Amino acid sequence: MAAGQPEAASGALMHAGHGMGTPSGPGADLPLLLPWGLLLAAAMLYGGLATRQVRAGRGWPAARSIWFALGSLLLAVAFSPALTELAHADVRAHMAQHLLTGMFAPLALALAWPLTLLLRNLPVQLARRLMGWLHAPPLRLLTSPVTALLLNVGGLSLLYLTPLYALMLHRPLVHGLVQFHVFAAGLLYTVVVAGIEPVVARAPFALRVAVLLLGTAAHATLAKLLYAGWWPHGTGNPPGQLQQAAKLMYSWGDLAEMLLAVLVFWGWYVRRGRAQARARGSAGQNRAVTSPGR
Amino acid sequence: MAQPALTRTGPGRSLWSGVLLGIGFMAAVDEIVFHQILAWHHFYDRSTPAVSLLSDGLLHASELVALVAGMFMMADLLRSRAFVPLFFWAGLFLGLAAFQLFDGVVDHKVLQLHQVRYGVPILLYDLAWNLAGLALLLIGALLWRRASRRRRAGP
Repeated sequence: MAAGQPEAASGALMHAGHGMGTPSGPGADLPLLLPWGLLLAAAMLYGGLATRQVRAGRGWPAARSIWFALGSLLLAVAFSPALTELAHADVRAHMAQHLLTGMFAPLALALAWPLTLLLRNLPVQLARRLMGWLHAPPLRLLTSPVTALLLNVGGLSLLYLTPLYALMLHRPLVHGLVQFHVFAAGLLYTVVVAGIEPVVARAPFALRVAVLLLGTAAHATLAKLLYAGWWPHGTGNPPGQLQQAAKLMYSWGDLAEMLLAVLVFWGWYVRRGRAQARARGSAGQNRAVTSPGR
Repeated sequence: MAQPALTRTGPGRSLWSGVLLGIGFMAAVDEIVFHQILAWHHFYDRSTPAVSLLSDGLLHASELVALVAGMFMMADLLRSRAFVPLFFWAGLFLGLAAFQLFDGVVDHKVLQLHQVRYGVPILLYDLAWNLAGLALLLIGALLWRRASRRRRAGP
């Protein structure tokens, strides 16, 4: 009975008119549940590795695990079969999915430091080799903020300003690939722009701020283009719905970009505090003699 | 008599944290009050070409980043006890004025992205908009002068 529910809903959606062939019959829901399976596996792996760190006495901040749980929860909502079904018919639901997978879940997951956790649990030799790869030219290029920006904004532009969005509604495989790209590009962008995980070579602060500005501007501009009706045709979405989706993208996207900006400058604040503490530490003896009051 | 490095950079950095917050705050007021609550002008005007849209997007992004950057700069100055309030206030008013005048002159008149309001005689609105900007600029300049004098006179 529970399995019949989404099918009935999708039948009604087909009637509403985008004319896609929704797979039905036994096992039709399996592809829809695949993301949840992967998510569960990732959560178990993270939990297991974090527990191992704590048991070994090396510790793993609880806050990071909480961020991981929050990020996974957001992804679970985004990839729920119900929201996926709805997203095929209603572009506002699609936009909610996009905001969750591409922006908010990556913010939480970046704060969970998954890469660092993984490397700490590997044998030293293997971890060193992986670090070497991470800092070698090909991956360094991939983890540059500029590349992340291009993958992110380029992907979104391709999705919304070409027939890709319409195609995605008809082909489950394309849909899955697009969702994966949105999530992966969002996570890469968040991690390298915020400069969170020290295992990835951190780009210069000014470059990260410049990329943040361009990324925020591009996101806001894309939202306005969608609002203006540059959306590719053939999706059968009423214009009012598209405009509401564009407004969602604009305002919630702003919140996500602002949180990312907080991460960028918070990192600056923390590192500056450490530098000042070091400066005070080394100048401590001199200052105690020359200016006792301050 | 050499001053400690942190207080030497304090006034300039206090001024700049104020400028960043002033620009960001006035841009946010413009967006929230005039674009969204009063809906006098909108974030998108159909006759505007795509290039102006991108420039608008950059302005919007700068507003968000300026607010966050200004707050962290201020927090850093407070932490290192290098915060000079009078320079901060001067910077804040100069930043408010900078955005108001940029919007009033460049966005409204030079690029003609949008006007303050449509369907009414625009002159009075433009005068009110830019005179408000000038008033803010005057306050900022006076505060800056007073801050500089006080600093030269010593604490």
